[in-house]
Amino acid sequence: MSPSILLWPTAASRHADEVDLLIGTFGGLVALLTIPVFVLMTVFAIRYRTSREADREHPPSGRTWLEFSWAGIPFLLILGFFFWSTQLFFQIHRPPPGAMTINVVAKQWMWKFQHAQGAAEINELHVPAGRPVRLNMTSRDVIHSLFLPAFRIKQDLLPGRYTSLWFQAREPGIYAFRCAEFCGTDHSVMGGRLVVMRPADFAAWLEEEGAFGTSATLAELGGKLFREVGCSGCHGPASDVHAPNLAGLFGRPVGLSDGSTIVADEQYLHDSIMLPNKHIAAGYQPIMPTYGNVLEPEQVNALVAFIRAGAQAQEEEGP
Amino acid sequence: MTAAAVDTEREPEEIEGTSYLRAGYSLRSWLLTTDHKRIAILYLLSITFFFAIAAVAAALIRLDLITPEGDLLSNEGYNRAFSIHGIMMVWFFLIPSIPNTIGNFMIPLMIGARDLAFPRLNLLSWYIFIVAGIFALFVVVAGGVDTGWTFYTPLTTMYANGAVVATVLAVFISGFSTILTGLNFIVTIHKLRAPGMTWSRLPLFVWSHYAVSIIFVLATPVLAITLLLVAAERVFGIGVFDPSLGGDPLLFQHLFWFYSHPAVYIMVLPAMGVVSELITAGAHKKIFGYWFVAYASIAIAVIGFLVWGHHMFVSGQSVLASTAFSFLSIAVAVPSAIKVYNWTATLYKGDVALDAPLLYAMGFIGLFVAGGLTGLMLAMLAIDVHVHDTYFVVAHFHYIMVGGSVTAFFGALHYWWPKITGRLYNEVLGRISALLMIVGFNLTFFPQFMLGYEGMPRRYHVYPQEFQVLQVFSSAGAGMLAVAYLMPLTYLLWSLRSGARAPANPWGATGLEWTTSSPPPKHNFTEQPVVVRGPYDYPLAHPRSRQDA
Repeated sequence: MSPSILLWPTAASRHADEVDLLIGTFGGLVALLTIPVFVLMTVFAIRYRTSREADREHPPSGRTWLEFSWAGIPFLLILGFFFWSTQLFFQIHRPPPGAMTINVVAKQWMWKFQHAQGAAEINELHVPAGRPVRLNMTSRDVIHSLFLPAFRIKQDLLPGRYTSLWFQAREPGIYAFRCAEFCGTDHSVMGGRLVVMRPADFAAWLEEEGAFGTSATLAELGGKLFREVGCSGCHGPASDVHAPNLAGLFGRPVGLSDGSTIVADEQYLHDSIMLPNKHIAAGYQPIMPTYGNVLEPEQVNALVAFIRAGAQAQEEEGP
Repeated sequence: MTAAAVDTEREPEEIEGTSYLRAGYSLRSWLLTTDHKRIAILYLLSITFFFAIAAVAAALIRLDLITPEGDLLSNEGYNRAFSIHGIMMVWFFLIPSIPNTIGNFMIPLMIGARDLAFPRLNLLSWYIFIVAGIFALFVVVAGGVDTGWTFYTPLTTMYANGAVVATVLAVFISGFSTILTGLNFIVTIHKLRAPGMTWSRLPLFVWSHYAVSIIFVLATPVLAITLLLVAAERVFGIGVFDPSLGGDPLLFQHLFWFYSHPAVYIMVLPAMGVVSELITAGAHKKIFGYWFVAYASIAIAVIGFLVWGHHMFVSGQSVLASTAFSFLSIAVAVPSAIKVYNWTATLYKGDVALDAPLLYAMGFIGLFVAGGLTGLMLAMLAIDVHVHDTYFVVAHFHYIMVGGSVTAFFGALHYWWPKITGRLYNEVLGRISALLMIVGFNLTFFPQFMLGYEGMPRRYHVYPQEFQVLQVFSSAGAGMLAVAYLMPLTYLLWSLRSGARAPANPWGATGLEWTTSSPPPKHNFTEQPVVVRGPYDYPLAHPRSRQDA
């Protein structure tokens, strides 16, 4: 049994410091608003206790100006904190443009991570210090939630949908992550370690992992899958099926058959593979078969990485 | 009771044999009664039983969490224990607690009516409740369910083990009881007020029950629909929530919290009504800002329907929606703050008797303030992202539901006990148990705020070692809390046999319920009361005011 009490959790990023400052200051305001209640309640209960002689003449039964001030003033003060906190919230939803993307797939009861360079990990995530990392996350089964206490952030992972989370670790170290959304029997042991390394160490680690594993990048794995599961039969350059060309598709607006336009992001590509009838690109027939029961989320991530990289590989390696 | 000396010579005499308790002694006379007072007693016995079951589950959880490895239960067993605790506490204790016991008993008495508007409907709602409750209890104990009380999809619809559909059906059935009670209260408050009982003379307890009845009627059907959809998806594989069937799991959360956030106000509004009565009676003074307190209840009921999205800040809900919900959640705190400040101001220049009911009421205010302000912290987006789904949230809602609602329930039970049973309880023991409850509660739940901020997620059976010391504190506090709950059970029951007979108005309080005998006759009043004063007209304390008619 550890005899010590942890009084304040470690803060591993600037955002964590800002959240600590916010809750600390807000705690001060809360004290300012409540201490009068506690003090006055006690003072009145003692001073006006029934056994004691006290001035009870003209007891007030209401003061409109008082009502409006104790409703209005705290509300306005708190509104200031609302703007501060909302601005911080916007920040954690706007990853910096240069952030490195790592794919996360949660399932009962483990975490899988896929680096763009090809390395894959389970229940352990290596990242470089000082660099923004964006996690592109989805779940295979139920809703999970990735919680990084030292970074004061968390985000739910949903089946069939991508959510994302970004952070920038200040310095190397080992931090815990945990599942925060109840996900069934072994929810409480669905955790792992975030290993923050110096950038040079991280590069070396990637190298080593790559050599140890497949030695292909995620996009290359996707390119391989693209042929294996039959995508190239229609979407390949040699195909005579009238299917959208995927080269350079990522991030471009796509016109849909119902007249609307959608940006070809990760979610759109995911849905087009798993639920092909959800969005029909304008000018094409809804003839694509669904891969909903064929592909695992990790494979979809690889295909998305491949399309994102430009969907070029099949031209180099194709017949 | 210090107030017992006040003007007892004018109390209406209890004519031997006319009390509602003596209107029949057979089991049949209880099980087929349409007397709102007897139905309230039936509810009181049933919810006490369900509270005990849910408390046993809580005790198992707290014992298990003494060690990080959780040696007492398995992972599955732990998940079942907190599911039993949540489901039984929320739907079979907290939601019916004050409205169906104290409210059922007191609303007709407070407005000068002989009964609720639909006495047989009232009995039906108890039968629906007890059937649903026993069914739920059987299912969660014998069958087991590990979804938590929140039934999140697709865990609940596709992955969870155990008797999910049966549990969901039990909760679904209990909803009808809630709706019928709400309907009965609304019609009663509109139609059965005594001559002179205008809306501006309505006790604040009745105002808050009016507000809560609106939520009963409007929110419960949404829960019913949602639970039916969950059952349909689990049994027939209809794709409503499961994305692999083309559904949307967040739709469930929207529907569930559209009910369940207002449900939190279902639990706290009646408690606020109780506290308004207890504070004015304890201070022997008119409430400060009657209309502000009354309309604050209605404002909470209305704004409470617009804040459900604050349970979903990290769910993948849009950033813009989260911002709007954050703002509205701050707004809903305003009427609660108004109430707290008005209660405090009511004590000013009062004639304060620190009896058990007032101690419970002051305990409510303190714990509710702590729960409410940590709720404001949770409404702040950047803070919520960190503490969402951690012990911080667990501590916050226990401060509201247990520190607030349960404390007020005990306060109400002490305050109206002489009226309900005709007996006086031991006041010294009452004060001791009130203080013990406040101390035990804080020892149990304050450490959980710290645990949450340090990163301990909720619903964790096995936890990192660094959290053990605070967990042990919390479990020790739970032991103290258990004593504080068992004490009233003992001395209140003892008072039934050996307590002194209660006068009609032991507290010297205003309110029509104190103008009739203790316990009241079967039809509440021997003659039709006529109201000529506002409520809490304390310089001219009851029971004289009735004679003004």
